[in-house]
Amino acid sequence: MNSTVQNGREVRYARRKRVNAVATALSMAAMAFGLFWLFWILFETVRLGLGGLTLTTLTQMTPPPNDAGGLANAIFGSFLMVLLATFVGTPIGIMAGIYLVEFDSKSWLATATRFVNDILLSAPSIVIGLFVYAVVVTRFKSFSGYAGVIALALIVIPVVIRTTENMLQLVPSGLREAAYALGAPKWKVVLSITLRAARAGVVTGVLLAVARIAGETAPLLFTALSNQFWTSSLSEPMASLPVTIFKFAMSPYENWQALAWAGVFLITLAVLGLNILARVLTRNKS
Amino acid sequence: MNIATAAPDKSKISVRNLDFFYGKFHALKGINLEIPEKKVTAFIGPSGCGKSTLLRVFNRMFELYPEQRAQGEIILDGENLLTSRQDVALLRAKVGMVFQKPTPFPMSIFDNIAFGVKLFESLNSADMEERVEWALRKAALWSEVKDKLGQSGSSLSGGQQQRLCIARGIAIKPEVLLLDEPCSALDPISTAKVEELITELKNDYTVVIVTHNMQQAARCSDYTAYMYLGDLMEFGATEQIFFKPKRQETEDYITGRFG
Repeated sequence: MNSTVQNGREVRYARRKRVNAVATALSMAAMAFGLFWLFWILFETVRLGLGGLTLTTLTQMTPPPNDAGGLANAIFGSFLMVLLATFVGTPIGIMAGIYLVEFDSKSWLATATRFVNDILLSAPSIVIGLFVYAVVVTRFKSFSGYAGVIALALIVIPVVIRTTENMLQLVPSGLREAAYALGAPKWKVVLSITLRAARAGVVTGVLLAVARIAGETAPLLFTALSNQFWTSSLSEPMASLPVTIFKFAMSPYENWQALAWAGVFLITLAVLGLNILARVLTRNKS
Repeated sequence: MNIATAAPDKSKISVRNLDFFYGKFHALKGINLEIPEKKVTAFIGPSGCGKSTLLRVFNRMFELYPEQRAQGEIILDGENLLTSRQDVALLRAKVGMVFQKPTPFPMSIFDNIAFGVKLFESLNSADMEERVEWALRKAALWSEVKDKLGQSGSSLSGGQQQRLCIARGIAIKPEVLLLDEPCSALDPISTAKVEELITELKNDYTVVIVTHNMQQAARCSDYTAYMYLGDLMEFGATEQIFFKPKRQETEDYITGRFG
């Protein structure tokens, strides 16, 4: 009797080990498949991008076809618009996220906000670009850096709302109760305790939003358009890396194509850096 | 159930005809109780009997959750604390609470203590340092953390974190301290330290402790209330409850025949 039980066990155990081996092999294959494309993309980006990248890429303006030049105006335009969009979108997103979790989380307004935010989060960015074109560009009769900033901020807001909401929900309710038990007012509990406890996660969300808009082309095509000259005036059309890449990569001119690859390399590097920074911040937290 | 056991000591909190509801669920049924001043009162009883619920009425913690409500009177120093005239923040400054799980705030050990103090007093930095040291000494934690006050509160061990939370509660100089199973997440050595602390605290504070641990109630408390399914079954001096309970149910629970 005992040995039958023992045999049954061994048979089941051997089967379990086989299933385990198959499942592990399939998972590894899936991972390898994904990584293969990722590394190929990175490899091509580095190979072609590094070739076109020189010091003049960073210092000179976008050139006419078949002339020497760089990406300085596009880099600056991207930097300025992404920075301003983040400054506009982050506080709105964080405050809305706080509202959704700390105040009124079950009211109809919060439910509606969450629903609209979900739609905004998955809205194709070209829709946002067209919206800003219709509302801002046609009204002021000019493509402008401001319109680009508004379009990018509209992409940042839902991402930050969502991460702030998720991160605040992870804060144990015991921590809130402990702060209230000391007689702290609500705003103090939210600012000094819950938001502080969720700090790393919220910052990570903002960094990921920045990484997302750094590479967005569609919302800028109809808003900031592009500009072949240096400008720091946001009321004029403004160059950006993604739009410049789009324009140059589609062109038949070799120097433009090389600059497009250099731009791709720079964006990839920036997004990779932001993602690594976000990872480091979350790791330190846990 | 109405057990008006007159305690010989002066009472700090009087509970009168208290009913409590979680939505439609009737969790406390007509509780009447006198909590004596500068003594340790323990609430015991099986899970779900309402002892933590009762504790959370004393500082109106339940008001954080809109579906919870209390009816009746709780008189603290002659005033019914359940009326809207009572300011919640000032009530909580007077009635401190320590929770089951240690909850250090995401800040340094020093700031953990200073956070609550700053809410009600504006001390200069020397006075604040003095207050922090005083609270940490009271909570028997000073010698372990005096060289690392700038470190994060969550870097401490579980037992140290719980004593940090007690120090945080004491630092704002409350009159009543509510302890909701303060030792259930602690190892025996930390538990012994906290129990020693509780005995010491009653010189200055009125302490109310909820515990699952019968020995703890017997060791630390002067008065014990036995609760069951939302009723206060029996209340009296701890010795009387443990050695000469008036009700059969109390005896069954204490001797472990039921629970």
